[in-house]
Amino acid sequence: MANKNADNQVSAVRRAKHGWILTLVFSLLAVAWLYPIFLVVINALKKKAFITREPFALPNGRSFFGIQNFISGVEKTQFFSAIGNSVIITVGSVAVIIVCTSMCAWYITRVKNRLTSAIYTLCLFSMIVPFQMVMFSLSKLANMMHLSNPIGIILVYLGFGAGLAVFMFCGFVKSIPLEIEEAAMIDGCTPLQTFFRVVFPIMKPTTITVAILQAMWIWNDYLLPYLVLDLKRYKTVPIVIQYLKGGYGAVDWGTMMAMLVLAIIPIIIFYAACQKYIIEGVVAGAVKG
Amino acid sequence: MEKSIKKYFPIFALPTMVAFTLGFVVPFLMGIYLSFCDFTTITDAKFVGFKNYARTFGDPSFLQALGFTALFTVVSVVTINVIAFAIAMLLTKGIKGTNLFRTVFFMPNLIGGIVLGYIWQILLNGILEHFGRTLTYSGAYGFWGLIILLNWQQIGYMMIIYIAGIQNIPGELIEAAKIDGATNGQLLRHVTIPMVMPSVTICSFLTLTNSFKLFDQNLALTAGEPAKSSQMLALNIYETFYTRTGWEGAGQAKAVIFFLIVAVIAMTQNYLTRRKEVQQ
Repeated sequence: MANKNADNQVSAVRRAKHGWILTLVFSLLAVAWLYPIFLVVINALKKKAFITREPFALPNGRSFFGIQNFISGVEKTQFFSAIGNSVIITVGSVAVIIVCTSMCAWYITRVKNRLTSAIYTLCLFSMIVPFQMVMFSLSKLANMMHLSNPIGIILVYLGFGAGLAVFMFCGFVKSIPLEIEEAAMIDGCTPLQTFFRVVFPIMKPTTITVAILQAMWIWNDYLLPYLVLDLKRYKTVPIVIQYLKGGYGAVDWGTMMAMLVLAIIPIIIFYAACQKYIIEGVVAGAVKG
Repeated sequence: MEKSIKKYFPIFALPTMVAFTLGFVVPFLMGIYLSFCDFTTITDAKFVGFKNYARTFGDPSFLQALGFTALFTVVSVVTINVIAFAIAMLLTKGIKGTNLFRTVFFMPNLIGGIVLGYIWQILLNGILEHFGRTLTYSGAYGFWGLIILLNWQQIGYMMIIYIAGIQNIPGELIEAAKIDGATNGQLLRHVTIPMVMPSVTICSFLTLTNSFKLFDQNLALTAGEPAKSSQMLALNIYETFYTRTGWEGAGQAKAVIFFLIVAVIAMTQNYLTRRKEVQQ
């Protein structure tokens, strides 16, 4: 008995010592991991001539440029209207995707016939089709149907993002006991009431997962909005960043760095606010996908 | 109950179905048809048979991009998964600060490909400058630059999935193996890895398809320079469509081939790794 206690103590001591070294190693690694972001921030505060010449130097008296890069960048790219467009497109698409695909998933799981199983198979199939396969015809179709604006593109996102969302909601609906819904119907609920009062609240974990995965995709998507939107009037955040390189001849690294910082800030805020949901959502999404 | 729901098709399923048809089914079918046509826009297509496919395989830039993408995918799948798994193993030992490290490592995943590309362009060019080179010095520089970038972006994501997998292993299993005298190496090989096979399936699938379909990062980091030597398939298809007049048909043919490769990879990978999963 005494011997066993001593054994436990030894292993506890060893583990703690080991853990301390690991914590140190990981702390260094975490700092290194964040270094690229830090580098962008310090360069955003420097005059452009100093950025490419000495990117790793901290801003000093000669190279410090204050927030001039931010001011000229925001003016040149109309950054805030791009943020506005990105927010409208992302929030709108995610909301529409969640409501429409959860309803569709419930319907095709509860009503079994050839049509609904065909829909399910098509949704699965669409998940492996790369965007390049449809990009030309999809963007031309969208232009013909006058969907080249931040509201119209929501329909395009619903169409192209439906596969994954329907698939994930179907997975969850299958696990809901039928008795709950039957009870609601017997109590006089219409199918719509049953869905919104009973089924939809139960689906909350899947809803969060779908929302996070779709939001991450749509906020950062570059090619689809670039091809679909009327770029003279509407740009999103990734599009203005890419425009800084393409549209103005040689890259002005000063404004580029400043705009990168502005593009990262909303993401960091979002991450800080719902980190727990994001990480849980990713795990749940991966296990089902 | 099924009967009473059934007539609600227009409310429940129709909106999604209309969008899905317009946003996926029609463009997909048109894409297949257009790959056999000469066209500049979707209304002036003329059927030409397999001409576009013949042009595709006679285009050295396509074969070059295919080789680059294949090699890139292999290297990135291995590096990302090995590093992510190693970090996940160490972060499940219950050391101090685990949550903070997890948060930090995952963060780059939320940043989009275009933004990432420019972040790494400034960093890597800054380092390479000391050696008198840039990222666009040759295709190899672009290749390793993209590998580093993608590792930074995706290790955190895969790590999260591996951590969940490792935490799901029943403690008794590891205890039993230890009592039987298993060394750490044996424990890893015969208990941990077989038990996290479902996570390996998912992570290798995700990294495989993400690497193979990579576009934004490629465009922002090197844009395929120099002379298309760091161009991946998705970017090659894009350039064929939008920067080479008269090549739209070939671009669509390339896209069909691209889709077929992705589909075959996805199905083979799924089949192979699912077989290795432990039956529970």
